[in-house]
Amino acid sequence: MALCILKSGLLDTIQDAGRYGFQHWGVNPGGAMDTVAMQVANMLVDNPPAAPVIEMHFPAAEINFEEPTIFSLAGADFGATLNGQELAVHHPVIAAAGSVLKFVRQVSGCRVYLAVRGGFAADAWLNSYSTHLKAGAGGHGGRALQKNDRIAYRNTIALSGRPSQALPWLANLSGLYIESSFWFLPGAEYDFLDAASKTQLQEACFSINRKSDRMGYRLQGAALHSNMSGELISTAVTRGTMQLLPDGQLIILMADHQTTGGYPRIGHVITAHQPSLSQMRPGEDMRFVRTDIAAAERLFLSQQRNLQQLQNACTFRLQEYLVSIRNS
Amino acid sequence: MPSFMIVCPKLQLAARSYCVFCAMHPSTDYRFYPCGDHALTLELGNRIDRQINQQVIALFQFLQDRRLPWIKDLIPSYHTLTVVYDLLQLTGSENKTTAYDQALTLMQQAIAACELKTTASRKVQIPVCYDPVFGPDLSFIADAHGLSVAETIALHLSRSYRVYLLGFLPGFAYMGSVDEKIATPRRSSPRVSVAAGSVGIAGEQTGIYPFESPGGWQLLGRTPLRLFDAHRAQPALLQPGDEVQFYAIDITEFNNLQQHGAMYS
Repeated sequence: MALCILKSGLLDTIQDAGRYGFQHWGVNPGGAMDTVAMQVANMLVDNPPAAPVIEMHFPAAEINFEEPTIFSLAGADFGATLNGQELAVHHPVIAAAGSVLKFVRQVSGCRVYLAVRGGFAADAWLNSYSTHLKAGAGGHGGRALQKNDRIAYRNTIALSGRPSQALPWLANLSGLYIESSFWFLPGAEYDFLDAASKTQLQEACFSINRKSDRMGYRLQGAALHSNMSGELISTAVTRGTMQLLPDGQLIILMADHQTTGGYPRIGHVITAHQPSLSQMRPGEDMRFVRTDIAAAERLFLSQQRNLQQLQNACTFRLQEYLVSIRNS
Repeated sequence: MPSFMIVCPKLQLAARSYCVFCAMHPSTDYRFYPCGDHALTLELGNRIDRQINQQVIALFQFLQDRRLPWIKDLIPSYHTLTVVYDLLQLTGSENKTTAYDQALTLMQQAIAACELKTTASRKVQIPVCYDPVFGPDLSFIADAHGLSVAETIALHLSRSYRVYLLGFLPGFAYMGSVDEKIATPRRSSPRVSVAAGSVGIAGEQTGIYPFESPGGWQLLGRTPLRLFDAHRAQPALLQPGDEVQFYAIDITEFNNLQQHGAMYS
């Protein structure tokens, strides 16, 4: 069983929860930008939450399901249609053999995740299925998906004769995402900012520059000033690190960030807010609110509990449905 | 302010009578600081120093060998070791302390238990073709220091270099230090594309680009070796702590070596 890419999108790649344990070789973790949407997509079809999914930007791929498939979409709303019928995100969906999935307009968000029940048979590299474009490994041959690529499913499912339809339940993601105020922790070089810049960081509005991608989000706003003299010795950076560039603008490091850097680390966007950040689009505005580690950890743990509850509910509903169609 | 803490056996560590780091390098300042909400950095001093880097790599190796379940990733640099940790492994429901505090305690215990092994560095020979085609900045470096191109190349070959860390790109080795007579700041305007295998200088550092990439280092040659290959069991040719000696080859030899097997590009 497989799906086939009829038309490739801007950047469609296979991603999972990321490749950890190899940053001492300079290998960045990568992985899905929006890890909440990746997990929700998997939960809706009752896969393990970190199974490989297809991450798509807009314009997104056009996809043909060669065989009957249960799939789901989570994250951005790109105006999906299945065989021409409008399709909402965050439902499990049955696609009859030969069904075509298209995305017609960017309604909200920046990245949509596609999961299929049974999971994708992707290439593993260094304990992860995530596509590493630079190293040319992982995912689907280490590259973005192209026209005519066939992505096989890991496990086959018997589901013939069902019409294409979205199943009548929906994952409620309220509480997992935020709007535009992002919490940050001060970084090791935060205190090099002058007093006016510290105030500005929390009071000014920043917008996301066009040159933002999976490596990092470049921000545009009033320039910040640091009192630091001389150059920093290169040291580790992590996902969410806010670096101050020499021109006073900020860059926030995202999934494909490099492992070390030499720009001042002004702050770090907290883990619980990174999925929301991943759905921000160029031109959108954002603000920063300072927080502390205890609050950041509490928010992350509460997010994990919400996801666990969602997973239990999704598993229950889908299993119940599968039993009902087997008996009918 | 990030939390600042001197790790001293008298204050913190009950497990042994002295701290391996203090004993070896009594003047080193230490501090721990959070690197976001899922990583912890140990910083030893604030300079590029062979001995400090040996301490970083010794502790990195020690933690790496332990395969501790709470550690997701270890990032050694010149003078820091950053631990990316798994919050879910460190927070029990009853815990009042933060995962960060627990990671800090575990790190202090690890330091106390770490026997600082002074393992001999692995020696790696790397062929470099210093043809001007591959070293477009050779004459700039030479002119900046009042040297000839031949003298510049000879100075680059005159010593071996320590691999302090891998970063920036998979397999990119930050090495040093070059003779101060050829130390040159990065280009004011980075190149849009630097070829894989290019050997460059940035300040007192020297390095090799493992992949074609944008880059600002001053380029003086190219190696036919493949620095990083995802399909090798050990993808990265160089490892932190290695001792690298460059040797010169001409363009014919460069082309010949490129025809060879998996180690060459």
